[in-house]
Amino acid sequence: MDCQLDIFFLEAVLNGLLLAGLLALLALGLNLIFGVIDVVWICYAELVMIGMYGIYYAHKGGVPLLLAALFGILLVALAGAVLHQVVIRPVLDSAPINQLLVTGGVLFFLQAAATMAFGVDFRNLGIRFGSITLADMSFSYSRIITFGVALAAMLVLWLFLSRTYVGIAIRAIAQDRQIMPLMGVDQRRIYLITSAIGGGLAGLAAALMVLQYDIYPQIGLQFGPLIFMICVLGGLGSLIGGFVAAFIISEFIAIGGSCFATEWGYAIAFLFFMVVIFIRPQGLFGGRS
Amino acid sequence: MRVSRTALIGLPILIALPLIVHLLFGGSEKYYLHLLIQILIWSFIYTGWSLMGRFGLTSLGHGAFTGIGAYATVLLWNYAGLTPWLGVPVAMVIAVVVALLVGYPCFHMRITGHYFALLTLALTEFIRLCIVGLRDYTGGSLGTQPRRYGDGVSLYAMQFEPDRVLSYYIVLTLWLVGLYIWWRVDRSMDRFALDAASQDEEAAASVGINVTREKLKVTAISAAMCALGGAIYGQYQMYIGPDTIAGLSVSLNIVFACIAGGLWVMLGPTVGAVFTQVLSEVLRVSMQSSVTLQALFGSAVLALDTLIYGLLLILFIIYMPKGILGALLEKREKTSSAPTPPSRAVLR
Repeated sequence: MDCQLDIFFLEAVLNGLLLAGLLALLALGLNLIFGVIDVVWICYAELVMIGMYGIYYAHKGGVPLLLAALFGILLVALAGAVLHQVVIRPVLDSAPINQLLVTGGVLFFLQAAATMAFGVDFRNLGIRFGSITLADMSFSYSRIITFGVALAAMLVLWLFLSRTYVGIAIRAIAQDRQIMPLMGVDQRRIYLITSAIGGGLAGLAAALMVLQYDIYPQIGLQFGPLIFMICVLGGLGSLIGGFVAAFIISEFIAIGGSCFATEWGYAIAFLFFMVVIFIRPQGLFGGRS
Repeated sequence: MRVSRTALIGLPILIALPLIVHLLFGGSEKYYLHLLIQILIWSFIYTGWSLMGRFGLTSLGHGAFTGIGAYATVLLWNYAGLTPWLGVPVAMVIAVVVALLVGYPCFHMRITGHYFALLTLALTEFIRLCIVGLRDYTGGSLGTQPRRYGDGVSLYAMQFEPDRVLSYYIVLTLWLVGLYIWWRVDRSMDRFALDAASQDEEAAASVGINVTREKLKVTAISAAMCALGGAIYGQYQMYIGPDTIAGLSVSLNIVFACIAGGLWVMLGPTVGAVFTQVLSEVLRVSMQSSVTLQALFGSAVLALDTLIYGLLLILFIIYMPKGILGALLEKREKTSSAPTPPSRAVLR
């Protein structure tokens, strides 16, 4: 309950930074999908959950961890593409809020499906990488790995979006969805690719999360609201904004959690979020559409 | 005057319903009354939400208001000894204040659509986290109970749960009040202003509608109704938990039931409540009695109703965005030869 500027405080700050990497990665996929397709997948965290189960069972079935992670990424990428094709495409022209709610239906569906298929037990891979100790502070290796991979993934995505033909087409669609089809870009194909990439990012996040967190059907409810908050705070569709917002939010959680109880860290973060949005509705880095 | 004719037939039936239930299901009337009470309480809450939802203000924050209603009432009773007769109004005032605190900046800054939904979602999470965080008083995620006052029914403590028939008439009255409020809003000038604002805010503002004030009015009414519904739910269930009466899943349930029933008609939210409650009960009962399903999934079979629920919601939003009742009424209007009135429900 004490909150002094000591070594534990520094530890909390640094752990917050490590958490920011994961949250930024989670927000990245959602942001990409929103920026390009203009749809919010409220079930995004549930896709991560599916990926975590996929990796868990693949690894338990004898697949090496790295291959299992790759399988998880592909699985969720496929899930993203299917989600777009089956659920999102029919409502692309209806009210934005219907698009948000339809993925809410997917949220219920996936959560219940996972409960039925895998039960309500908490599962984990049981892999412990140990932790590094620095001047009385300890950081688990899995968090450091997560942070590094998340940063690398963001860099790769950025290179993809700025250097490749498809990447440039994706950004062009995000800027003007009326003109681009006239320029010979197949909008439907771009949407599908974007959904798969967004799913793949969720899969990557899942691969990193199985190292740190227990898997259970409701895990999406723990992370989902946090991810939306980060996306909106950074400015929906802004990739850099998402990163900065992830940093801010995770520091609130880490410091609040070390000074008070965990819930209060989250509660303060949500309060901060609401206040910022009242002042800057478009988010920290968002352009107003 | 379709509504009044429905009311003339429907109301006596609803009033006689406990008797009918008693005659038809003598042995298990408590269960059926419980189901009816649940439907009516949620109908009231859904109706309260639909006051905002029909004008494009898709709030995911109403789980916060039901939570405030339930928790403020129970905590005031348990720790301050304040009778719910005062506690409920206090809870409603708190909910309205919170709604205005969040609503004013939202409407003033013209936050709509995704942003509004996600911002109100944050409100729900914030309130849920506060409830869990104050676990010394609220019991945290395990929930808490209003302290019993005497053994049975108590007017002073507003505890009526042991007498199911009485409970039924209480919530029936509540539900009728909800419909009356809906009707009053529907008939008011504010409705036209809000309709205009939901189609084009700038245009509505330019013809002199104070959009922010109109939205705040309907938000306050809606939040107060949900707080009242939440409080009554707590008094009836004699148990409140952050997942049953507050939080994201409550918010989503509210929105979905309204959409399933039909947002733009008076009885739409009620139809949504009947549909969702009966669906989950039928599924739950049939699954508990089905040996095959039990053998296949064990206790996880209980998730099957959520699975089907989620699936139906996806289908509803894609294929029947006006909801069950909305679609039925539309069909009837089309088949009748009467000149069709201008469509009231304009889907954007």
